[in-house]
Amino acid sequence: MLDKKQLKKEQIIQTALELFASKGFYSTTIPDIALSLKMSVGNMYNYFKSKDTLAIEIIKYISAYLGEKLKEINEQEISTKEKTRKIVEIYFKTASLKPEMIDYFLRIYLSNREVFKESCEGMLCVNEFVTEIMIYFEEGVKCGDLREQDFFSAFGLFMGYLGGMVFLKGENVLPKDLNDYVDDITFNIYKALSAE
Amino acid sequence: MKKKMRVLWLSAIACNGNTHSFLNYPYMEQFLDDFEFIYHPVIDSEYSLEDIVSKEITCDILLIEGAISKEFKRADVSVVDIIEKYSKIVQKIVTVGTCATFGGIFRESGYEETSGLHFDKEEPLKTHKDLLDKTISVSGCPVHPEVLVNTLYAIKKSAALKLDNFLRPKEFYAYTVHNGCTRNEYFEYKVDNHRFGELEGCMFYDHGCQAPFTHGSCNKILWNEVNSKTRAGVPCMGCTEPTFPRQNLFSTKKNMAIPENLPVGVGKRVYLTLAGISKAFKIDRLEKKLIDD
Repeated sequence: MLDKKQLKKEQIIQTALELFASKGFYSTTIPDIALSLKMSVGNMYNYFKSKDTLAIEIIKYISAYLGEKLKEINEQEISTKEKTRKIVEIYFKTASLKPEMIDYFLRIYLSNREVFKESCEGMLCVNEFVTEIMIYFEEGVKCGDLREQDFFSAFGLFMGYLGGMVFLKGENVLPKDLNDYVDDITFNIYKALSAE
Repeated sequence: MKKKMRVLWLSAIACNGNTHSFLNYPYMEQFLDDFEFIYHPVIDSEYSLEDIVSKEITCDILLIEGAISKEFKRADVSVVDIIEKYSKIVQKIVTVGTCATFGGIFRESGYEETSGLHFDKEEPLKTHKDLLDKTISVSGCPVHPEVLVNTLYAIKKSAALKLDNFLRPKEFYAYTVHNGCTRNEYFEYKVDNHRFGELEGCMFYDHGCQAPFTHGSCNKILWNEVNSKTRAGVPCMGCTEPTFPRQNLFSTKKNMAIPENLPVGVGKRVYLTLAGISKAFKIDRLEKKLIDD
């Protein structure tokens, strides 16, 4: 039974994500989401008590999704440079296949902090994703590939760059497809973090 | 008169730190009622070192303090030869302290192939394998006097001590020094606002504290019955472990802000998840000074 309820929850999350992306977070209401799913508003509240709760569940869902992808990369016996490339690839792939996910992270999670301040202190709601990035860094330093430095300067460099590129893509500023930048971006990030 | 157990305290390449620690045992009178030293480097004993090396004196327990090298001599006889002679007649051998157990600080001495009796750091040695069944190791730099004395009483009472992979009695070495640390609340919430000598803040994150992965009873059986390193404001230096001494004892080795050595039995992914959650708490009570404001 859990699976059925879980499946429904994921459907709601996916629909909400798409609506937030097209109409904006504040202009989208719970009745809008219910209507899209052909559900009653009352039934919607059985799954999520409020729009804020839904917003929090969505960021956790995205973090778990990306965290799982990064875990697969971290567990491979490959060099830090190859891992870097795979992380860039998976981030851009997600931005192409599920643009609403990355869009939500960049435009809603990062710019509506008031919605997330109650239950998402620190990195609580993006823990799974951040943990995998930490492991990528830690293993890179341990094997001598990456330079030891403050975690947040490295994290900001990596994620800021990826987020920035996806943002530019979203604004239709980029002349080429995101995937065409994978090599250059991998090179830049690796060179910036490398111990050499 | 009840029979005392006869003990030979043999000092190999040592600083006598374990001897000094032992002299702080608070119930020495009682101890000397139950045990007698046929020889000890600083306590009056019946025989001289020359007697020990030239004759074969009846003895029940051989205590070895200090690192061992066949090159090192006492009274012109190699310590290895003395150990081999007495190991045949005693019931038990106890390696006292980290040098005798793993090589410790004196592993770095100029003597050839310096190590503990059965271990060169973590690595088991091929030599003296026939003595493995007889040996109990009580590591520490120095060993806690109660750990040594209680081990000797266990031998006297023929109590079966369960030993870990380094022959250390689990009674004293199954726990980590973290167990019983008065700063655990700071560890839980990842608050490292410590300065040396202060009694608040955790020393694991920045100040090199090795308590979460060091096996010992320092915070359960206090030193001089009152204190421990972490209680006094100094990080645990991991002195009971084969890796002792590490370099940079007062700083925590980190890779991109993540401690290289994690608490015993905790996986990295799990640790980071827990740490991420704990760090989300901002507990003012722990962030600022509780006393001496």
